Amino acid sequence: MLAYIIRRLIYAIPILVGVNLLTFTLFFVVNSPDDMAASQLGDKYVTPEAIQAWKVKNGYDKPLFINSESEGLQSVTDTIFFNKSLRLFAFDFGRSESGRDITTDVSTRMWPSLAVALPSFVIGIWVNICVALMVVMFHATRLDRWAVFLFVSLMSISYLFYIIGGQYLVAKTWKLVPVSGFHSEGDVWRFLILPVLVGVIAGIGSGARWYRTLFLEEANQDYVRTARAKGASEMKILFGHILPNAMIPILTGVVVLIPSLFMGSLLIESFFGIPGLGSYMLDAIKSQDFAIVRSMVFIGSILYIFGLILTDISYTWADPRVRLN
Amino acid sequence: MKPVLLWSDALIFLLVVVLVIFFYRLRRDPQTRERWGDVFSSRLGMVTFTVIMTYVGIALADSVHFRKALENPEGLQTEEVFYDNKVTSLLDVMLRGMGERFERTYSAPFALNSFEKENMKDANGNAVRDFPPLMHAGQHLTDPSGQFGDIVSKSLQALLWGLLISALLLAPQWLLLRHSQYPWHASWVVQVGVICFFTWLVMISEYYHVLGTDQGGADVAYQSIKGVRTGVLLGTLSTLIMLPIAVTLGVSAGYFKGWVDDVVQYLYTTLSSIPGILLIAASVLLFQVYIDLNPDFFSIGMEKADARFIALCFILGVTSWSSLCRLIRAETLKISQLGYVQAAHAFGVSHVRILSRHILPNVVHIILITFVLDFSSLILAEAVLSYIGVGIDPSMGSWGNMINGARSELSREPVIWWTLSGALFFMFVLVLAANLFSDLVRDAFDPRTASRRSEA
Repeated sequence: MLAYIIRRLIYAIPILVGVNLLTFTLFFVVNSPDDMAASQLGDKYVTPEAIQAWKVKNGYDKPLFINSESEGLQSVTDTIFFNKSLRLFAFDFGRSESGRDITTDVSTRMWPSLAVALPSFVIGIWVNICVALMVVMFHATRLDRWAVFLFVSLMSISYLFYIIGGQYLVAKTWKLVPVSGFHSEGDVWRFLILPVLVGVIAGIGSGARWYRTLFLEEANQDYVRTARAKGASEMKILFGHILPNAMIPILTGVVVLIPSLFMGSLLIESFFGIPGLGSYMLDAIKSQDFAIVRSMVFIGSILYIFGLILTDISYTWADPRVRLN
Repeated sequence: MKPVLLWSDALIFLLVVVLVIFFYRLRRDPQTRERWGDVFSSRLGMVTFTVIMTYVGIALADSVHFRKALENPEGLQTEEVFYDNKVTSLLDVMLRGMGERFERTYSAPFALNSFEKENMKDANGNAVRDFPPLMHAGQHLTDPSGQFGDIVSKSLQALLWGLLISALLLAPQWLLLRHSQYPWHASWVVQVGVICFFTWLVMISEYYHVLGTDQGGADVAYQSIKGVRTGVLLGTLSTLIMLPIAVTLGVSAGYFKGWVDDVVQYLYTTLSSIPGILLIAASVLLFQVYIDLNPDFFSIGMEKADARFIALCFILGVTSWSSLCRLIRAETLKISQLGYVQAAHAFGVSHVRILSRHILPNVVHIILITFVLDFSSLILAEAVLSYIGVGIDPSMGSWGNMINGARSELSREPVIWWTLSGALFFMFVLVLAANLFSDLVRDAFDPRTASRRSEA
């Protein structure tokens, strides 16, 4: 097991280098260091000297990949790519273009993100599985067909509608909770209820439909027929046979998402004014702060790869037949 | 009149030609015909297909662009013809100037007066602050209290016209298809509904703003209809750009194995580990910078917006191939172990021939299912991307831009609900039809569900 995890971690390195190379190329084609300096300085103060000074101050005055002026190893290390991108491997995110320390920002903003994403995730899965199980009980009846139709309709509604509608109905018309905002102390839950609710409801359509398909696939297996022939009750079949056996496909889809919960949700956070990583990313995109975007891409990739490893480990827990090697 | 061919127009018509040829060829295969027969023998299949085709028809009519010739100004005698700077489409002509009746600002559906008070002069020349009357709504009414009766009588009139047009269009269909085994009557019901609705909309829009106007005074119903082209094109073009990449890489990884497989797996793991929205945002910004640096590249503003649109389709396609590629790779791995492929190897059949004769036809169902499934999710994604500011160019009508512009309107008092509802309704109908249709296609083509159905 340990050997397997270590091997997977080693495999992750080329992927992360690839991610870095890709984002680096993308961003430096978008914005040459000169453009970056110009946009950060503001239109008024753009002079060749000022740009040069900004580049030196922020470390963009070096060649991109290979420094031909330096000798030996220095020719690779004394470049923008090495300084800006490979530093990320040591979790040294440096400073954003506006001068803030990214590591501090990320570590403070992680918690509000998690405070919204984790409850949405857990409650969402629980609700979806319950709804799906209920529908599976009525399989092949008219109720089942209408439920599927309802799921597809819910899926077809834009996510933006759920957010805007939720804010309008719950916060503005009924005045139950604040429309948006966030406190780090005291009654945080008042700010969290609505985003979590919206997140859960928006996910029911696709989630419940997916679980229903998984459960039905299991319901057609021979062991279910055998259990029925032995006279097991429908409840026993559903919870004792179908649910445990559907765990593997459920885990495949679910576990990989767990680490990414730290990243938060872009839309929910920006609409509800939650100071998490999602709105952090959105602001960075809007202000074209590539130091932040680069760091967030790196963190996102690490969390995704971590999720893949976690998925494999969870298989051994859900299915005793699976051995990692 | 001077025809204008935008890049996206050319692509969409090319796409239609390719799809027609593709389906014509597929028709010859009895198994495929039988599966399509399954899809269309249900009433739901017929209804959703008709709805989707309506949207596609609107999108195509909106893709025939031209610039109107301007009349020579008085006293100027010249042979040269000047063209309007604004690009008009066939759809604009069919909607009979619906998009040209601008108000000053917001107005509610069927309203006669503007939504906001303005300073103006009354009949005696005194300055008053009141809701000014609209410029293009209810001009024919002498007495505003007769508005309701007027709307009803105009609607009935429009309905009669709608039924007449439906009768003309449906009669040949009925003569040709009345003995068909498929439930065409379901499609006809939808067609009558669609035709009556649009006749009504076009006729009544000459007198009122059916869905009101937005902040800039533009007719919301018109904008919602103009959003159709953007949605349909985005959904189809992006998937079509993604398909060749995913299919080529997936099939070759599964078939050749070895280092090809390693490289392809590395590529898609790397790509899918990057948060998708960040990758898309970065790529769109990249293209935006390119456009800004080369302003002379495009002669009219619309071409610039069009270029950004195609770039967006391209970016969405290039960033989203990994999941389909994974599916196709797995399926190819499975198929290439099967007896008939091994036999083909033993007979010395070339790789190209094995791939095209034995492997590709057996992954077509995955491609087809993905095509229909991705269509709806791309339309939904467009709205989100436009919200973040990396979507369609704001000058190009799209549902995402409408929603984005209307975001703060619900917090106003009284509430302005019509812009949001217009965009969301047109989007919802298309996405719902596409989702329901894709379910039917998947049921018919996916071997797993197909075998389950035959057992039952």
